[in-house]
Amino acid sequence: MPTFRVTVDVMPKPEVADPQGQAVESALARLVGDAARPPRHVRIGKTVRFELEADDDNAARLLAERLADRVLANPNTESFSIRMEVAR
Amino acid sequence: MIRAGVLVFPGSNCDRDMEAAASAVMGWEAVRCWHAEPLPAGLDVVLVPGGFSHGDYLRCGALAALSPVMDSVKEFAHGGGLVLGVCNGFQILCEAGLLPGTLLRNRQCRFACREVRLRVERDDTAFTNACGHFLTLPIAHGEGNYHADARTLQEMQERRQILFRYVDDEGDATPRGNPNGSMANIAGIANAAGNVAGLMPHPERAVEALHGGTDGLAIFRSLAAALESATRG
Repeated sequence: MPTFRVTVDVMPKPEVADPQGQAVESALARLVGDAARPPRHVRIGKTVRFELEADDDNAARLLAERLADRVLANPNTESFSIRMEVAR
Repeated sequence: MIRAGVLVFPGSNCDRDMEAAASAVMGWEAVRCWHAEPLPAGLDVVLVPGGFSHGDYLRCGALAALSPVMDSVKEFAHGGGLVLGVCNGFQILCEAGLLPGTLLRNRQCRFACREVRLRVERDDTAFTNACGHFLTLPIAHGEGNYHADARTLQEMQERRQILFRYVDDEGDATPRGNPNGSMANIAGIANAAGNVAGLMPHPERAVEALHGGTDGLAIFRSLAAALESATRG
Protein backbone atom coordinates (compact mmCIF):
# COMPACT_ATOMS: atom_id res chain seq x y z
CA MET A 1 0.00 0.00 0.00
CA PRO A 2 1.55 3.35 -0.98
CA THR A 3 2.31 6.01 1.62
CA PHE A 4 1.29 9.57 0.91
CA ARG A 5 2.84 12.65 2.43
CA VAL A 6 -0.07 15.04 3.06
CA THR A 7 0.15 18.77 3.74
CA VAL A 8 -2.98 20.60 4.90
CA ASP A 9 -2.90 24.40 4.82
CA VAL A 10 -5.53 26.01 7.05
CA MET A 11 -6.36 29.71 6.67
CA PRO A 12 -8.93 32.01 8.27
CA LYS A 13 -11.78 32.72 5.84
CA PRO A 14 -11.62 36.16 4.20
CA GLU A 15 -14.62 37.49 6.15
CA VAL A 16 -13.15 36.46 9.51
CA ALA A 17 -11.08 39.02 11.39
CA ASP A 18 -7.50 37.92 12.04
CA PRO A 19 -6.10 39.97 14.94
CA GLN A 20 -2.84 38.00 14.84
CA GLY A 21 -2.38 38.90 11.19
CA GLN A 22 -3.12 42.56 11.96
CA ALA A 23 -0.59 42.62 14.81
CA VAL A 24 2.07 41.04 12.60
CA GLU A 25 1.21 43.45 9.78
CA SER A 26 1.91 46.40 12.09
CA ALA A 27 5.23 44.89 13.16
CA LEU A 28 6.24 44.21 9.55
CA ALA A 29 5.40 47.79 8.64
CA ARG A 30 7.71 49.05 11.42
CA LEU A 31 10.49 46.75 10.20
CA VAL A 32 10.16 47.90 6.59
CA GLY A 33 10.08 51.53 7.72
CA ASP A 34 10.30 54.06 4.90
CA ALA A 35 12.51 51.81 2.78
CA ALA A 36 9.66 50.18 0.90
CA ARG A 37 5.90 49.86 0.83
CA PRO A 38 4.74 47.88 3.89
CA PRO A 39 3.22 44.42 3.39
CA ARG A 40 -0.56 44.40 3.37
CA HIS A 41 -3.37 41.90 4.05
CA VAL A 42 -1.28 39.69 6.37
CA ARG A 43 -3.19 36.54 7.29
CA ILE A 44 -1.94 33.84 9.64
CA GLY A 45 -2.92 30.23 9.21
CA LYS A 46 -1.32 26.92 10.02
CA THR A 47 0.18 23.97 8.22
CA VAL A 48 -0.31 20.36 9.30
CA ARG A 49 1.74 17.55 7.75
CA PHE A 50 1.21 13.85 8.13
CA GLU A 51 1.74 10.56 6.36
CA LEU A 52 -1.09 8.33 5.29
CA GLU A 53 -1.25 4.83 3.89
CA ALA A 54 -4.03 4.31 1.37
CA ASP A 55 -4.92 2.13 -1.62
CA ASP A 56 -4.49 4.96 -4.08
CA ASP A 57 -4.35 8.70 -4.56
CA ASN A 58 -8.12 9.05 -4.52
CA ALA A 59 -8.61 7.15 -1.26
CA ALA A 60 -5.83 9.14 0.40
CA ARG A 61 -7.34 12.43 -0.72
CA LEU A 62 -10.83 11.48 0.49
CA LEU A 63 -9.53 10.55 3.93
CA ALA A 64 -7.33 13.66 4.16
CA GLU A 65 -10.31 15.84 3.24
CA ARG A 66 -12.44 14.20 5.89
CA LEU A 67 -9.78 14.73 8.57
CA ALA A 68 -9.22 18.33 7.52
CA ASP A 69 -12.93 19.10 7.48
CA ARG A 70 -13.72 17.35 10.77
CA VAL A 71 -10.68 18.24 12.86
CA LEU A 72 -7.86 20.27 11.34
CA ALA A 73 -10.00 23.20 10.20
CA ASN A 74 -13.13 24.70 11.71
CA PRO A 75 -15.52 25.13 8.76
CA ASN A 76 -17.19 28.11 10.52
CA THR A 77 -14.10 30.25 10.30
CA GLU A 78 -11.39 28.48 8.33
CA SER A 79 -10.80 27.07 4.87
CA PHE A 80 -8.22 24.46 3.96
CA SER A 81 -6.33 23.16 0.96
CA ILE A 82 -4.57 19.83 0.62
CA ARG A 83 -1.32 18.92 -1.13
CA MET A 84 -0.20 15.32 -1.51
CA GLU A 85 2.77 13.43 -2.81
CA VAL A 86 3.73 9.77 -2.78
CA ALA A 87 6.26 9.29 0.01
CA ARG A 88 7.55 5.89 -1.04
CA MET B 1 -30.52 15.93 45.35
CA ILE B 2 -29.29 17.38 42.08
CA ARG B 3 -26.49 15.30 40.57
CA ALA B 4 -24.06 17.35 38.48
CA GLY B 5 -21.29 15.92 36.30
CA VAL B 6 -18.17 18.11 36.06
CA LEU B 7 -16.09 17.13 33.03
CA VAL B 8 -12.33 16.94 33.53
CA PHE B 9 -10.00 17.07 30.52
CA PRO B 10 -6.20 17.09 30.61
CA GLY B 11 -5.58 20.82 31.07
CA SER B 12 -8.92 21.72 32.67
CA ASN B 13 -8.16 24.15 35.49
CA CYS B 14 -11.55 25.45 36.64
CA ASP B 15 -12.93 21.99 37.40
CA ARG B 16 -12.28 22.25 41.16
CA ASP B 17 -13.97 25.68 41.31
CA MET B 18 -16.94 24.32 39.37
CA GLU B 19 -17.14 21.29 41.65
CA ALA B 20 -16.99 23.51 44.77
CA ALA B 21 -19.69 25.84 43.42
CA ALA B 22 -21.95 22.86 42.70
CA SER B 23 -21.31 20.92 45.90
CA ALA B 24 -20.06 23.16 48.74
CA VAL B 25 -22.09 26.22 47.73
CA MET B 26 -25.21 24.81 46.04
CA GLY B 27 -25.36 21.57 48.03
CA TRP B 28 -25.54 19.38 44.93
CA GLU B 29 -23.77 16.10 44.45
CA ALA B 30 -20.87 16.83 42.09
CA VAL B 31 -19.32 13.97 40.16
CA ARG B 32 -15.98 14.48 38.41
CA CYS B 33 -16.07 12.87 34.95
CA TRP B 34 -12.73 12.03 33.32
CA HIS B 35 -12.69 12.79 29.60
CA ALA B 36 -11.60 9.30 28.52
CA GLU B 37 -14.70 7.61 29.91
CA PRO B 38 -18.40 7.88 29.14
CA LEU B 39 -20.63 9.92 31.48
CA PRO B 40 -21.93 8.08 34.55
CA ALA B 41 -25.66 7.38 34.64
CA GLY B 42 -28.19 9.46 36.52
CA LEU B 43 -26.82 12.97 35.96
CA ASP B 44 -29.21 15.93 36.05
CA VAL B 45 -26.79 18.45 34.56
CA VAL B 46 -23.38 18.40 32.88
CA LEU B 47 -20.96 21.25 33.64
CA VAL B 48 -18.05 21.78 31.23
CA PRO B 49 -15.43 23.85 33.05
CA GLY B 50 -12.78 26.27 31.85
CA GLY B 51 -9.08 25.76 31.39
CA PHE B 52 -6.82 24.81 28.53
CA SER B 53 -8.05 21.36 27.56
CA HIS B 54 -5.40 19.38 25.66
CA GLY B 55 -3.20 22.47 25.85
CA ASP B 56 -5.59 24.36 23.55
CA TYR B 57 -3.56 22.78 20.74
CA LEU B 58 -4.87 23.15 17.18
CA ARG B 59 -7.82 25.35 18.28
CA CYS B 60 -9.37 25.95 21.70
CA GLY B 61 -11.69 23.05 22.42
CA ALA B 62 -11.03 21.24 19.13
CA LEU B 63 -9.28 18.21 20.62
CA ALA B 64 -11.53 18.07 23.68
CA ALA B 65 -14.52 17.92 21.33
CA LEU B 66 -13.14 14.56 20.16
CA SER B 67 -12.57 13.17 23.68
CA PRO B 68 -14.56 9.97 24.32
CA VAL B 69 -16.77 11.60 26.99
CA MET B 70 -18.20 13.96 24.39
CA ASP B 71 -20.12 11.15 22.65
CA SER B 72 -22.16 10.62 25.80
CA VAL B 73 -22.45 14.37 26.40
CA LYS B 74 -24.02 14.64 22.92
CA GLU B 75 -26.36 11.77 23.72
CA PHE B 76 -27.26 13.43 27.04
CA ALA B 77 -27.91 16.76 25.29
CA HIS B 78 -29.93 15.22 22.47
CA GLY B 79 -32.10 13.57 25.14
CA GLY B 80 -32.88 17.01 26.57
CA GLY B 81 -30.29 16.99 29.41
CA LEU B 82 -28.99 20.35 30.64
CA VAL B 83 -25.38 21.16 29.65
CA LEU B 84 -23.53 24.34 30.65
CA GLY B 85 -20.09 25.23 29.30
CA VAL B 86 -17.98 27.99 30.83
CA CYS B 87 -15.05 29.63 29.03
CA ASN B 88 -13.03 26.70 27.59
CA GLY B 89 -16.19 24.66 28.20
CA PHE B 90 -18.08 27.05 25.89
CA GLN B 91 -15.34 26.66 23.27
CA ILE B 92 -15.57 22.86 23.57
CA LEU B 93 -19.37 22.86 23.10
CA CYS B 94 -18.99 25.02 19.97
CA GLU B 95 -16.28 22.76 18.54
CA ALA B 96 -18.43 19.71 19.32
CA GLY B 97 -21.28 21.22 17.31
CA LEU B 98 -23.60 21.43 20.32
CA LEU B 99 -23.64 25.24 20.06
CA PRO B 100 -23.38 27.41 16.94
CA GLY B 101 -20.41 29.64 16.13
CA THR B 102 -16.78 29.80 17.21
CA LEU B 103 -14.68 31.68 19.76
CA LEU B 104 -11.79 33.45 18.03
CA ARG B 105 -8.75 35.21 19.44
CA ASN B 106 -9.66 38.43 21.29
CA ARG B 107 -9.75 41.40 18.93
CA GLN B 108 -7.00 43.21 20.87
CA CYS B 109 -4.80 40.04 20.93
CA ARG B 110 -4.53 40.33 24.72
CA PHE B 111 -5.67 37.99 27.44
CA ALA B 112 -8.67 39.69 29.09
CA CYS B 113 -8.82 39.19 32.86
CA ARG B 114 -11.28 41.43 34.67
CA GLU B 115 -14.89 41.85 35.70
CA VAL B 116 -17.51 42.48 33.03
CA ARG B 117 -21.09 43.63 33.17
CA LEU B 118 -23.61 41.39 31.42
CA ARG B 119 -27.16 42.10 30.34
CA VAL B 120 -29.42 39.06 30.67
CA GLU B 121 -31.36 38.86 27.42
CA ARG B 122 -33.87 36.21 28.51
CA ASP B 123 -35.36 35.25 31.85
CA ASP B 124 -37.27 32.20 30.63
CA THR B 125 -34.48 29.63 30.21
CA ALA B 126 -33.05 26.93 32.46
CA PHE B 127 -29.85 28.99 32.73
CA THR B 128 -31.26 32.48 33.34
CA ASN B 129 -34.62 32.26 35.14
CA ALA B 130 -33.11 33.58 38.41
CA CYS B 131 -30.62 36.03 36.85
CA GLY B 132 -32.52 39.32 36.90
CA HIS B 133 -31.49 41.99 34.38
CA PHE B 134 -27.73 42.38 34.91
CA LEU B 135 -24.84 40.31 36.26
CA THR B 136 -21.25 41.23 37.05
CA LEU B 137 -18.90 38.30 36.49
CA PRO B 138 -15.16 37.78 35.97
CA ILE B 139 -13.69 36.87 32.59
CA ALA B 140 -10.26 35.35 31.95
CA HIS B 141 -9.67 34.39 28.34
CA GLY B 142 -7.55 34.99 25.25
CA GLU B 143 -10.05 33.51 22.79
CA GLY B 144 -13.52 34.78 23.64
CA ASN B 145 -14.30 36.71 20.50
CA TYR B 146 -17.60 35.18 19.43
CA HIS B 147 -18.04 34.71 15.69
CA ALA B 148 -20.85 33.25 13.59
CA ASP B 149 -21.66 33.78 9.94
CA ALA B 150 -24.40 36.32 9.15
CA ARG B 151 -27.07 33.71 8.51
CA THR B 152 -26.35 31.80 11.73
CA LEU B 153 -26.38 35.03 13.73
CA GLN B 154 -29.74 36.00 12.24
CA GLU B 155 -31.20 32.58 13.02
CA MET B 156 -29.89 32.82 16.57
CA GLN B 157 -31.54 36.21 16.99
CA GLU B 158 -34.84 34.96 15.58
CA ARG B 159 -34.76 31.95 17.90
CA ARG B 160 -33.69 34.10 20.85
CA GLN B 161 -30.56 32.04 21.48
CA ILE B 162 -28.49 34.93 22.85
CA LEU B 163 -28.59 34.74 26.65
CA PHE B 164 -25.96 37.28 27.77
CA ARG B 165 -24.40 40.37 26.16
CA TYR B 166 -21.45 42.44 27.36
CA VAL B 167 -22.65 45.95 28.23
CA ASP B 168 -21.20 49.26 29.37
CA ASP B 169 -22.00 51.11 32.61
CA GLU B 170 -25.24 52.37 31.07
CA GLY B 171 -26.33 48.82 30.31
CA ASP B 172 -25.92 49.23 26.54
CA ALA B 173 -24.20 46.72 24.25
CA THR B 174 -21.62 49.18 22.91
CA PRO B 175 -18.02 48.66 21.70
CA ARG B 176 -16.89 50.19 25.01
CA GLY B 177 -18.63 47.44 26.94
CA ASN B 178 -17.19 44.72 24.70
CA PRO B 179 -14.01 43.17 26.17
CA ASN B 180 -12.96 40.96 23.25
CA GLY B 181 -14.61 42.01 19.99
CA SER B 182 -17.47 39.50 20.13
CA MET B 183 -20.13 39.92 17.43
CA ALA B 184 -23.23 41.69 18.75
CA ASN B 185 -21.48 41.81 22.17
CA ILE B 186 -22.34 38.13 22.66
CA ALA B 187 -21.10 36.70 25.97
CA GLY B 188 -23.31 33.62 26.18
CA ILE B 189 -25.73 31.65 24.03
CA ALA B 190 -28.00 28.61 24.08
CA ASN B 191 -28.88 26.04 21.45
CA ALA B 192 -32.25 26.27 19.70
CA ALA B 193 -33.80 23.70 22.06
CA GLY B 194 -32.65 25.73 25.08
CA ASN B 195 -31.00 22.88 27.01
CA VAL B 196 -27.35 23.55 26.10
CA ALA B 197 -25.68 26.86 26.93
CA GLY B 198 -22.22 28.36 27.00
CA LEU B 199 -20.72 31.61 28.23
CA MET B 200 -17.22 33.07 28.45
CA PRO B 201 -17.58 34.70 31.93
CA HIS B 202 -17.06 32.49 34.98
CA PRO B 203 -20.12 32.13 37.23
CA GLU B 204 -18.26 29.59 39.41
CA ARG B 205 -15.73 32.30 40.33
CA ALA B 206 -18.43 34.53 41.81
CA VAL B 207 -20.39 32.39 44.25
CA GLU B 208 -19.04 33.47 47.65
CA ALA B 209 -18.53 36.88 49.27
CA LEU B 210 -14.78 36.25 49.42
CA HIS B 211 -14.74 36.07 45.60
CA GLY B 212 -15.71 39.74 45.53
CA GLY B 213 -19.18 39.05 44.21
CA THR B 214 -21.89 36.41 44.19
CA ASP B 215 -23.69 37.10 40.90
CA GLY B 216 -22.60 33.70 39.57
CA LEU B 217 -25.01 32.06 42.01
CA ALA B 218 -27.91 33.27 39.88
CA ILE B 219 -26.97 30.88 37.06
CA PHE B 220 -26.66 27.88 39.39
CA ARG B 221 -29.95 28.84 41.07
CA SER B 222 -31.59 29.06 37.65
CA LEU B 223 -30.48 25.49 36.90
CA ALA B 224 -31.73 24.34 40.30
CA ALA B 225 -35.12 25.95 39.70
CA ALA B 226 -35.40 24.44 36.22
CA LEU B 227 -34.54 20.95 37.49
CA GLU B 228 -36.93 21.30 40.41
CA SER B 229 -39.83 22.34 38.20
CA ALA B 230 -39.03 19.50 35.76
CA THR B 231 -39.18 17.03 38.67
CA ARG B 232 -42.48 18.47 39.85
CA GLY B 233 -43.71 17.98 36.29
